[in-house]
Amino acid sequence: MRKIFDFHGGIHPPENKRQSQQGGIRDAGIPPELVLPLSQHIGAPAKPTVAVGDRVLKGQMIAEANGFVSVPVHAPTSGTVSAIEDRLIAHPSGLPAPCIVIASDGLDEWTELAGISDYRQLPKADLLNRIREAGIAGMGGAGFPTAVKLSTRPGSQVATLIINGTECEPYITADDILMRERPGRIVEGVKILQHLLAPGETLIGIEDNKPEAIAALRAATAGSNIEIVVFPTKYPSGGEKQLIEILTGKQVPSGGLPLDIGVICQNVGSVAAIADAVLLGQPLISRITTVTGEAVREPGNFSVLLGTPMNYLLARAGFQPDRNRRLVMGGPMMGFTVADAGVPIVKTSNCLLAPSEAELPSPPPAQACIRCGMCEQACPASLLPQQMFWFAQAREFEKLEQHKLFDCIECGACSWACPSNIPLVQYYRASKAEILQLRREHEKSEQARLRFEARQERIERDEAEKVAKRAARKLAAEKRAQEAATGGGETDPIQAAIDRARAKKAAQQAGDAADTNPRDKLEKAVTSTRQRLETASAKLAQAEAEGSDLVAALQTGVDKTRARLEAAEQALRDFTAAAEEAPLQETPVDPAAAAIARAIAARASEAALDPAEKSRKQLAALEQRLEKTRARLAASQGAGEEQKIIDALESSVSLLEEKVSAAKQQLNNPEGV
Amino acid sequence: MALMRVTSPHAHGPMSTSRVMQNVLLATIPGIIALSHFFGYGTLVNLAWACIVALACETLALALRRRPIGFYLKDCSALVTATLLAIALPPYAPWWLIAVGIACAILLAKHLYGGLGYNPFNPAMAAYVILLISFPVQMTAWAPPRGLEQLPGLMASLQACFTPGAYDGVTMATPLDLMKQNNSLLIADLYAQTPQFGRWAGLGWEWVNLAFLAGGAWLLYKRIFSWHAPVAMLASLSLFAAVFYDGGSSASGGSPLFHLLSGATMFGAFFIVTDPVTSAVSVRGRLVYGAMIGALVYIIRVRGNYPDAVAFAVLIMNFAAPFIDNYTQPRTYGHQSGGSEK
Repeated sequence: MRKIFDFHGGIHPPENKRQSQQGGIRDAGIPPELVLPLSQHIGAPAKPTVAVGDRVLKGQMIAEANGFVSVPVHAPTSGTVSAIEDRLIAHPSGLPAPCIVIASDGLDEWTELAGISDYRQLPKADLLNRIREAGIAGMGGAGFPTAVKLSTRPGSQVATLIINGTECEPYITADDILMRERPGRIVEGVKILQHLLAPGETLIGIEDNKPEAIAALRAATAGSNIEIVVFPTKYPSGGEKQLIEILTGKQVPSGGLPLDIGVICQNVGSVAAIADAVLLGQPLISRITTVTGEAVREPGNFSVLLGTPMNYLLARAGFQPDRNRRLVMGGPMMGFTVADAGVPIVKTSNCLLAPSEAELPSPPPAQACIRCGMCEQACPASLLPQQMFWFAQAREFEKLEQHKLFDCIECGACSWACPSNIPLVQYYRASKAEILQLRREHEKSEQARLRFEARQERIERDEAEKVAKRAARKLAAEKRAQEAATGGGETDPIQAAIDRARAKKAAQQAGDAADTNPRDKLEKAVTSTRQRLETASAKLAQAEAEGSDLVAALQTGVDKTRARLEAAEQALRDFTAAAEEAPLQETPVDPAAAAIARAIAARASEAALDPAEKSRKQLAALEQRLEKTRARLAASQGAGEEQKIIDALESSVSLLEEKVSAAKQQLNNPEGV
Repeated sequence: MALMRVTSPHAHGPMSTSRVMQNVLLATIPGIIALSHFFGYGTLVNLAWACIVALACETLALALRRRPIGFYLKDCSALVTATLLAIALPPYAPWWLIAVGIACAILLAKHLYGGLGYNPFNPAMAAYVILLISFPVQMTAWAPPRGLEQLPGLMASLQACFTPGAYDGVTMATPLDLMKQNNSLLIADLYAQTPQFGRWAGLGWEWVNLAFLAGGAWLLYKRIFSWHAPVAMLASLSLFAAVFYDGGSSASGGSPLFHLLSGATMFGAFFIVTDPVTSAVSVRGRLVYGAMIGALVYIIRVRGNYPDAVAFAVLIMNFAAPFIDNYTQPRTYGHQSGGSEK
């Protein structure tokens, strides 16, 4: 006898399974219209492969998997695609989602199916692909793509394959009836999985409240290496993590997968669907759904085509709308209410619960939490729900994470047990959503910051290059001007260009006949600028002494002149350095390289300046650039140049103006930066 | 008609906060019967008057806080506080003592902190300590048990409560007082010479404690609270008493049985220590919480200034409960250890 383990907590709600256990599996029939959501599983929604107006056959793929974690959708019956549009679906959000709508033709005409009986000959990858192409997603309620779950990493060993026939939620009997009526199908599916995964042992776990199912499966597995394990009924033993603990005594590491401890878990419904897909070639187009609750006269289990509107199915079970106020997709513990009775049955719809008000009364107002600890005793994840409730109320998200909020499986046991009727799970759900949202926002802002920094870096680099190029151009122009020995000022740019060309020519002709020493010129520039600075400083001092309102203007002038003087001195130093490096004039230093070096040096010295000085210098430079650009614009307009050029110049002028004003503002208000 | 949108779970268990409180009230009945049997009608008069004042205070506080009065009165928490304080007070206490105590419990210790569920201190014990410090004479005047003196009748009991000036009652030292004051007699001689000690721990007291134990056991059976805190308290109290029993010498603090069955031990263990609001929350936390209370009770009883110590011990540990919670987080499914490991 296998040792059965227990998990912490759990509750014993009234089972209410008897109502729907009568009458076997009934056929729900073909509704006139089927609505197939593209997302009936966890992962990327499928991509439609049909167009409106296309005729489709039963079992034909109408939407393909979109990525690895995705599954295709198939037509549940033959008919015509009447629309591909957003429809209300069974989702807790109650929001519409893209669906393919099929108007059935009642012929129920199958597409060609290709089943294989000897799947052992097939490569495992092909076998997996068949399961994937059949559109199978976890049918116990979660809807995780089955093929993804079965794709083990190479080298990982599956010690235990667990088939989940627990069905611990009250009211639901869909898996129970499947095990009772189609145990052979399940066993065939299990054998396929055994071939695929080569597990050390295979267990089918069933709660002891399903004696018929246990007997049927025991008979069907007689003589095989599949073991039926029966354990006491307790909610939520059917949760994957709980079932694994019951059967193996091991716990799935937090944030990990069952495969990390060598376990793979599959629901009995999924296993039966795998058998259909491999042996018959039938994709997943129908499922067994329990329809129950006091608001239906004939509760029971139905074989339903996916996409069947709920009200069609409810009508089959004798629905009494006047007795019903809420429709629950799933069970009373974890199911969610649907917004409209017209939403379709999907791959994960194991139950449709239509309770009367007396059966599941509206939640009464919550009373104060008295920290009685009944929630803690019920929690299957060994959390402290009462503490988490306090933190959730106070929005202390850090504390919530410290108390392992994300290990909560939202089974609802704590809310069920709470004597004060506090909707605990709702608090955890909301907090989880909010924390995830905050994390996303944080990630986004982090990305934005990195992007901004990269951009800033790029701009600075470009700016440095530009400065270097400009300086190089200037130097080259001066050199040419000297070479040409023309003393004319910058008047007309065209004239200047002609002069330059002439000078170049002359220089070429004259060879190395530069008679004016550039060093002298630079020295002269330095001296004159220094004089100007002295005059300006004197004026400024005077103005300050008199308290004149010209001080600010004079100050700017002084600063500008000082900047110019520094530039001139720098140029002189550079020239001297270059001259020392290359003492002879026949090997003039590369002006561009020198300019780049200068720019780098200027930047370095700039970095060393205090922020106010730096901003002032930047402002001066900007103003200079603005002046020049304005002059060029005027010149271009005067010369009647192309509109394009004028536009470009205009825009750069306005840009510079903006920059200048920004720099001024920064200078005036450095704290505000 | 639009369908109702509510979140799961849709089903709810049978337990409600009012039922928890009602069960606690029911569980005090054996203790109250025992107290009345051994000490007369005093406890019943206390109880009736305390309940009236408590309901009035609760209504007043709810009205001032603009809360729905009926909804909150229904949770019976005010009655529980009143009952616990009425049991803890000496029988034949004057009416004003009870009224002041209840007002402190309901208005100060409960509603000033935000009402039920938000109070850091057990209201009944906070009020008891306030009274004990403010009115030590009235608070230590215990009536003699049946068998030593004639018990006052119902009329005399009412008179004691409502016209305390005209009432001339007899008081007598409790076994805990006697044990504390004893410094010359062996425990065996003390028991033989003093009629108050009864068979194990005090005439009347031992039965009162056993009655509260029975009520507590019933609550445990009904799963109103878990066994951890009370059992830890009783175990640590017994352990301390056993370690310092000293073979029954004149310096002995009393036997474990004496400590288990005297004073407010059982009442405290099952009706005060188990107060969920003010205790630690996790299983391990409740073990620590209970054990610390047991230890403090022994230390204060034997070494402190007051003969009984449950109220002080509980209040001190109420302070410590959030701290204990922080270090006794259970190991969550799929984690290596509990606590706030990252």
